[in-house]
Amino acid sequence: MSKPVIATASLAGCFGCHMSLLDIDDRILKLIELVEFHKSPIDDIKTFTKPCDIGLIEGGCCNHENVEVLRSFRKHCKTLVAVGECAVMGGLPALRNGIPIKDCLEEAYLRTPTTEGNTVIPNDEELPVILDKVYPCHEIVKVDAFLPGCPPSADLIWEALTALLEGRPLKLTYDLIKYD
Amino acid sequence: MAEIKLTIDGKPCTARPGQTILEAAKASGIYIPALCHYEGLKPSGSCRICTVKVNGRPAAACTQPVAEGLVVETATPELEDMRRALVEMLFVEGNHFCPSCEKSGNCELQALAYRFGMLVPRFPYQWSVREIESVSPRLLMEHNRCIQCRRCVEAIRTPDGRRVFAAQERSGRLRIGVDPELAAGLDEDTARKAMAICPVGAILYKEVGFAVPIGRRKYDRSPIGSDIETK
Ligand code: SF4
Ligand code: SF4
Ligand code: FES
Repeated sequence: MSKPVIATASLAGCFGCHMSLLDIDDRILKLIELVEFHKSPIDDIKTFTKPCDIGLIEGGCCNHENVEVLRSFRKHCKTLVAVGECAVMGGLPALRNGIPIKDCLEEAYLRTPTTEGNTVIPNDEELPVILDKVYPCHEIVKVDAFLPGCPPSADLIWEALTALLEGRPLKLTYDLIKYD
Repeated sequence: MAEIKLTIDGKPCTARPGQTILEAAKASGIYIPALCHYEGLKPSGSCRICTVKVNGRPAAACTQPVAEGLVVETATPELEDMRRALVEMLFVEGNHFCPSCEKSGNCELQALAYRFGMLVPRFPYQWSVREIESVSPRLLMEHNRCIQCRRCVEAIRTPDGRRVFAAQERSGRLRIGVDPELAAGLDEDTARKAMAICPVGAILYKEVGFAVPIGRRKYDRSPIGSDIETK
């Protein structure tokens, strides 16, 4: 029988949640036994070539490319998991949500303490279009499971993965649910 | 004084006249989740997290006095889901970025959400636009996190009894305002008390954030209310 297939992506996140996934210590050897990694920054597979069982999403959506990646994960993954505060509620990138986008861009590109001379706000068709706000994943597509935390602890990620693989409900003990 | 007999979730309890249901439950080792109420302050009954059923009708346990023969229900699936919904509403109504919050680990709102096992609020985020205000040399107001419990309004006074915090406007526009002159005159102890009494990270004493390491904060290891339940 072929192994369950996992895909992962980092959208508007910092890769901290991926680091936390790697932080499961020697359980990573067990994980490699149990599953096959498909599209993921971990193995650098860039495109979906088959359906996946579990999709792990780090980060919310701050630009249209994030939205496209998230939608393609929804299409290809049976179970989609929002991993970490950014995926669950926007996280620190969403601190900009109360600030008009024009002000954000001007602050970042024209008014930083280190900008010198004639600077511009980058505007090239190659660049993903930035969204008005940073959106949690479940406000864009249907999400099946949520793992809060910044990042979620390795133990929570491990518990969620093993529960999904064994087809049982998550055992969420008090120490596993944290938002920081 | 005559004892009052009542039952809470079927458990016979005794209470003194004048006690609230919340106090009577606590004395019997039963934790009724509460948020806006602070022991020793006059309860404002504003958050409704402590809602129980008294003889079948919903009532706020922090304001409802005990009476002979009351049948109180608290840990029912219906009430627990309602409390959780209220907590979820508070999370989407303000802007709660726990990873960057000085109160994280010591926050009563967060602790309730942990206790209730909240993974994500069921309601859409509002992204309310609120400000951060330096209100005195010692204090910051982070309005994004204020849940309008009014503890500060009630508890923080000048030596001559004047209120420093006050509710302004109404309904969706309600915010807690601060009298800048009175706030500037607060001594260190009262300013620290203001931060301590705020259940969330809305009142911050400047320059002391993140003093206690993760793992040793109030609610890192044991759920809110567990001190009452283990008594
Ligand atoms: S006040 Fe509490 S719930 Fe809000 S951000 Fe701070 S820790 Fe989180
Ligand atoms: S500032 Fe804190 S204590 Fe005052 S009303 Fe807001 S949440 Fe309550
Ligand atoms: S604690 Fe009773 S209404 Fe808030």
